[in-house]
Amino acid sequence: MVDALIAITVLWGFVFIYAVMATMDFGAGFWSMIYINREKTKATNIANRYLSPTWEVTNTFIVALVVAVYSLFPNAAYTLGTILIIPGSIILLLLALRSAFLVFSNIAIEYKKPLTYISGIAGILIPGLLISVLPITHGEFVDYGNGVANLNLYRLFTSPNVYAFIGFAISSTLFLSSLLLADYSKASNEMEAYRVYLRDGKILGPISLLMALLIMLTLPNDAEWLYNRMMDDLSLLLISVGFFLIIGIGLYAPSPFQKGVKGMPRLAVIAVIFQYLIASYVYGKAHLPYIIYPNVTIQSGFTDPNSFRAVFITYIVGFAILFPGFIYFWSLFMKDKRYLRQNG
Amino acid sequence: MDDLLVARSLFGTTMAFHIIFATIGVGLPFMILTAELLYQKTKNQDYVIMAKRWTKAFAVLLGVGIPTGTIAGTQLSLLWPGFMEVVGRVMPLPFQIEIYAFFVEALFMSIYVYAAERIAPWMRIVSLILVAIGALASAVLITNVHAFQGTPAGFRYENGKFVDINPWAAFFNPSFFVTAGHVALSAYVVGAFVVCSVAAFKMMKHQFGSRIYLFHQKALMMSLVLGGIFAFLTAINGHASAQYLHEYQPEKLAAAEGLFETQSHAPLAIGGFTDRETQEIKGAIEIPWALSFLAGNSFDTVVVGLNDFPEELWPPLFVHTLFNAMVGIGSLLILIPILVFAWRKVIKKKHYPKIMLWTLVTTGPLAVLAIEFGWIFACTGRQPWVIYRILSTAEAATTATNLSTLFILFIAVYIILALAVVYVLLYFFRKNTVLDDIERSEKKNVPLFSSNS
Repeated sequence: MVDALIAITVLWGFVFIYAVMATMDFGAGFWSMIYINREKTKATNIANRYLSPTWEVTNTFIVALVVAVYSLFPNAAYTLGTILIIPGSIILLLLALRSAFLVFSNIAIEYKKPLTYISGIAGILIPGLLISVLPITHGEFVDYGNGVANLNLYRLFTSPNVYAFIGFAISSTLFLSSLLLADYSKASNEMEAYRVYLRDGKILGPISLLMALLIMLTLPNDAEWLYNRMMDDLSLLLISVGFFLIIGIGLYAPSPFQKGVKGMPRLAVIAVIFQYLIASYVYGKAHLPYIIYPNVTIQSGFTDPNSFRAVFITYIVGFAILFPGFIYFWSLFMKDKRYLRQNG
Repeated sequence: MDDLLVARSLFGTTMAFHIIFATIGVGLPFMILTAELLYQKTKNQDYVIMAKRWTKAFAVLLGVGIPTGTIAGTQLSLLWPGFMEVVGRVMPLPFQIEIYAFFVEALFMSIYVYAAERIAPWMRIVSLILVAIGALASAVLITNVHAFQGTPAGFRYENGKFVDINPWAAFFNPSFFVTAGHVALSAYVVGAFVVCSVAAFKMMKHQFGSRIYLFHQKALMMSLVLGGIFAFLTAINGHASAQYLHEYQPEKLAAAEGLFETQSHAPLAIGGFTDRETQEIKGAIEIPWALSFLAGNSFDTVVVGLNDFPEELWPPLFVHTLFNAMVGIGSLLILIPILVFAWRKVIKKKHYPKIMLWTLVTTGPLAVLAIEFGWIFACTGRQPWVIYRILSTAEAATTATNLSTLFILFIAVYIILALAVVYVLLYFFRKNTVLDDIERSEKKNVPLFSSNS
């Protein structure tokens, strides 16, 4: 039981890390497309400067996530694999187009615009489809016949709750990425791009909040058990909403460090990550012990204890070895002024 | 088509497409590293230009290799949930460790490309070494899963349950080293001969002795030396692989060699097509006693034939032809570099005749074909099992039906990606010729790598 809890915590940790990194990644790709015709603001350049070195690392996290599911919860992976064949395949197809054309757009300069459009549009659809995995695990779209699980696509795509999730994923993607890119452009001293992304953040924050409320409003209809359990932690949910105040300060208040500059985007980025972390904790806790309601729990899906121990040790060793690599990477692409303030 | 066949075709198409990029993705970093090291030794700028241009090609190929790899990894769970359930329970370590290899490769690839001018030269080499190690390790680890499928270990299978699971014993299953070694070595063969193809093609297009011609001749020499060495090592390892089949999967060896009757002093059939009805190989050259010797180092070795197994457990018999095609290409790739070497050093000719250059152009595509044949042989030769004598492919497949639409969609996307990647490569290298890079490198204070970002 304790092992299974540790395992689901590791898995949920991967989900959260990938969610944050993917929103920044797909969002940056989208913004790079939106501002492609406004060369003066450098907003597209900033997005590309962030994306070029990071997309491979971000992509590795989704593979890590998939591998974590089947090595920690092989039994759950069986059912998940069976029911996710259609949405999973569509995500993979979009991901292939997105990654490939992102790379191509940086190489074939003359065709940059059409290539960026393909990767930008494919990219912004992916978070919407990825998040549909969550309502699918709530169970009400899965039919069981002859002991075989089957996803009912019609019910899935006629549920208002699913659309609330999709809307939340897309608005959050744009919200988080605009905050990050605001911070990134400020560090790069591109003040015009900074103002553009700050403005986008101000617009998208309230929209994301609205979408989160819509999820909660439509949830009881589809998964009352989950709604009730989440409401048990109402105080935490309210704290999460309360983080909007800090994000607001980050977006609107004048910077105490730089004269004449409005906003502290780094504060907003940190606050939004905490906000989503708290909300995802409440959601994840309410979801336990079910991986797929009501048939697959973390206990029934759990792997062999020997395998778990071996995998867990590789996590510790693996990430201990990788940690300096991540730090080095961070210092070269997120902090180094020579990279951030290059021309073009 | 029945659902199982569609599932197999879909996954097979993904793999057939992915392994082209994956194999070049393992082989090319090694070539880049060699070029960088040669530059450190000779201080000849041409090697830096090679490294730079190959890195660019590598980055473009990764644009397809990474997402198709993501597809392959996820499709395993989507199409073969029964298989991945067992693998997750018994054999999770290679996948898990492979993730760390991916991270190493992704982190240091970005550092090598986008931070080249900001880091010390030795750090650039270290980054490249880590990229090459990461790429190699991913290939070795994923092949380990394939090795486990052929020689499962690390558990007992009782009444349909897996007990006494020891994931490290599964990891170090009997054929791990020999199988992974084969894939790693052959990836270096592919990386080298792909470079060889391009260099030979360019030498034909440019005047003998010109600056560009000499540049490509350097690349050609380097690729032939490395390609020849690795092709030879692959062959030695391939011999060991076949002896493993003799010991662990006799019906696979029997199908590969088209041997029906169990016998000592078994003949080796080269080429031809196996005929199920007459139980013979049409159009093959037979070498008496050779198979027994190859399988067990003595002519007395008894090699088990297909008739010792019930026919429903036979692998498809066309694997004999695939197996021989792979071995044939491998042998050619050892011979060709030797011939070129003899031409230059023994007969001391400087000029390459056109036919020789054309032959060299074919080596890259041939090497890729050989890994495709080898992979199809390795996986269909294990049928009907997905895990040898434990789990059948049919049991492992998804229960979902109507996969045909998905199959068509994936084929369409692979075609789009294939056309786009070829087009982008041609476009880029036409816009940025070797001459441009040479001129850039001759001007002081113009960083050669800045055009990478």
